[in-house]
Amino acid sequence: MSTTSTPLISVVGLCKRYGPRVVLDNVHFAVKRSETVALIGPSGSGKSTLLRSLNALNQWDAGEIRVGPYTLQADMAAQRNGAAVRQVRRLLGMVFQDFQLFPHFTALDNVAEGPRQVLNLSRDEARTRGRELLDRVGLAAHADNFPHQLSGGQKQRVAIARALAMQPHGLLCDEITSALDPELKYEVLDVLADLKRDGMTLLLVTHEIGFARKAADRVVMLADGGIIEEGPPEQVLDAPRSERTRQFLSRVLA
Amino acid sequence: MPSAKRSHRVGIARLSPCCRIVLAVAVWALAACQSAAANDGIAARDERLRQRLSQGVLRWGGDAEGGAPYQLRDPHDPSRVIGFEVELADALAEVLAQRLKIPLMAEFVQYQWESLELGLLISKDYDCIISGFEVTPARRENMLFTRPYYTYAEQLVVRADDHHINSLEDCLDKAVGTLAGSSAERLLSARGVREIVAFDGQIEPYLDLELGRLDAVLLDSIIALYYASINPKLKYVGGVTDPGSYAIALRPDDVDLAQALDEALGVLIRDGRLRAIFLRWHVWNDQQSALATGEDRSAQLAGLGFTSDGAPAADVADITPADAVDIHIIASSAQLWTIRQYAPLLLKAAGMTLLLTVCSMAAAVCLALPICLARLYGPAPLRWAALVYVEFFRGIPLLLLLFVLYFGFSGFDVQMSAIATAIVGFGLNYAAYEAEIYRSSILAIPVGQWEAGQALGMTHATTFRRIILPQALQTALGPMTNDFVALFKDTSLVSVIAVRELTKEYLILSRSSLKFLELGLLTAALYLCMSVPLGYLSRYLESRFKAGR
Repeated sequence: MSTTSTPLISVVGLCKRYGPRVVLDNVHFAVKRSETVALIGPSGSGKSTLLRSLNALNQWDAGEIRVGPYTLQADMAAQRNGAAVRQVRRLLGMVFQDFQLFPHFTALDNVAEGPRQVLNLSRDEARTRGRELLDRVGLAAHADNFPHQLSGGQKQRVAIARALAMQPHGLLCDEITSALDPELKYEVLDVLADLKRDGMTLLLVTHEIGFARKAADRVVMLADGGIIEEGPPEQVLDAPRSERTRQFLSRVLA
Repeated sequence: MPSAKRSHRVGIARLSPCCRIVLAVAVWALAACQSAAANDGIAARDERLRQRLSQGVLRWGGDAEGGAPYQLRDPHDPSRVIGFEVELADALAEVLAQRLKIPLMAEFVQYQWESLELGLLISKDYDCIISGFEVTPARRENMLFTRPYYTYAEQLVVRADDHHINSLEDCLDKAVGTLAGSSAERLLSARGVREIVAFDGQIEPYLDLELGRLDAVLLDSIIALYYASINPKLKYVGGVTDPGSYAIALRPDDVDLAQALDEALGVLIRDGRLRAIFLRWHVWNDQQSALATGEDRSAQLAGLGFTSDGAPAADVADITPADAVDIHIIASSAQLWTIRQYAPLLLKAAGMTLLLTVCSMAAAVCLALPICLARLYGPAPLRWAALVYVEFFRGIPLLLLLFVLYFGFSGFDVQMSAIATAIVGFGLNYAAYEAEIYRSSILAIPVGQWEAGQALGMTHATTFRRIILPQALQTALGPMTNDFVALFKDTSLVSVIAVRELTKEYLILSRSSLKFLELGLLTAALYLCMSVPLGYLSRYLESRFKAGR
């Protein structure tokens, strides 16, 4: 089946500079459908930039990004309202480190807003979908709570439900457990594990080495503007070939 | 207004007796023709006037803040305006109604004294001015005046214990109070008085004189009569000086009405009604003989209460009519003062304040959004235009804006009512402030909220409408409420374009009742009743929204 053989995401020769600083230097990279990929690397290594580029939340200087049937060129991300950009965003949901829930909406309306505004669902349809998704992330009882009434872990689960409401093919998770207390991380990671079981394509920027080892099909080590090494977690995390990876892991796990 | 007939007769009187007989026949024939033509002309004029006054009202402009004896609120019923000019206007309307055989009522239009000329000429809010309006050469250039209806003169008043000032000449280096824009003020400056203190009201100069802030007050004698003569701490010095005339002012093209009012004044002078009004208001004096002019001067003199040689008729000066106005009317109105009488009037004016504020704020809030959007997201020319708008309307005084809006566009066909002008003016001005509040509130929303909306596939517009704007409005609510409260107070500026709101009503009522403190507290309470709940509402909403974060 072509759906499993062709990658959902292909990054071809992506280059990104912030002024004189090169963040991404000719990065090639792909994620297959239903694959779970963990992006690791020291801060400033361009992990988040790469992830955000996949949702055209930042611009890049050269290279292209293919998501499903859509291709984004470097100059297309600039016109951020372009139709191709919005199609790509529908295919790839985004979850942010700091949640970015809409504070003026309840948990349910946070989830229902996208389907209503973008998919033109009726209010009732959107809310039905919202309730199902809140139930799926274990927050059915909190549908009418406002974000400030939720814990960090609950907020992040609402954010995941919000992204899922658009029925994306893949989910981009940008350090989504970094802002959480350790005991709250697991409720979020459990949701991710659940999604993985259901065949969702996941691309995670993460410092959760333990979770990466357990859940990721592939770990990609990003440093100094490029991919240093990649492979199954037992290889990259337990027997890294690169000194740079070893150094990074020893610091993270210390 | 001298007629052609009259000037002929004056001419004849100067000729030698032998020529008179020869000319008389010719002149009589001519006069007969003329009067026939004049009768035709008058019939046509009356017909035009019937059209002109078909609404049944003769609107006259004045300012009840002016006070006794001109126009003031009746202390027995402060919703009524009384004064010798009110009675004059009513009598004139009565004479005109009889002559034209139409129903006609005089209607007082409250106006700011300084703006009376503009209200007549430009916004045409009334047909004529009857408001102690002195006839001056400068005013004659712009307006049509009827024959005078009163001869005023200036009276110098000092403190009773002052023995240094005996005439205007003693005041050259003293502080002298008067009314702004009055003939007394012009006189003081012409005489070279160095320190002229010009007030808007008649009470204040005498009050300041009593308190020692002024050394003397020069005002029209009939003002002194009501405000100084009854005060034992003040005294008149010197006699009355520099007489002049009050007359009715009209628009230059209103010749028909001016003629008709002229004739009506003649009727009131001859039949003694004007004298009766003067006597009722204690303003009759021997200077009024100057009002009698023209062909039947002796009949006019008789009607005014003078003998044919201009001397006061024996009995007139002593007659005080049974229905005469109390000369202590201002002081006694302070005794008559009850909250029950004044509160409804202030409450009504507060209603106007509330209406103006709410409508203006609604206009501003709506107008501010497109301005703010243009400023934030528009293409360069639009951004510049929005910036110019904001800087322009923030930078000019509201008073100027209101004045220009009301009087400055009279040449165009758009004639806005004063209330509409006020709402437009405040709306335009406050929109500039609200737009800046919106802008800073929108910029204060974290960029992550934009990204979250966009990551869901929302367009910019949808993200703005559903995600950014609602949050920005919550942030904006506090500063906007501040502006709302400020607007409540700013609306007091509209009295310059003759909208009667709370502050103006307070000024009028307090000057005719002398209850500056009591009515002031009542007025303040009304303002607070409107603004304090607003503050609470905004804090409540703010805390609700803050909780929502």
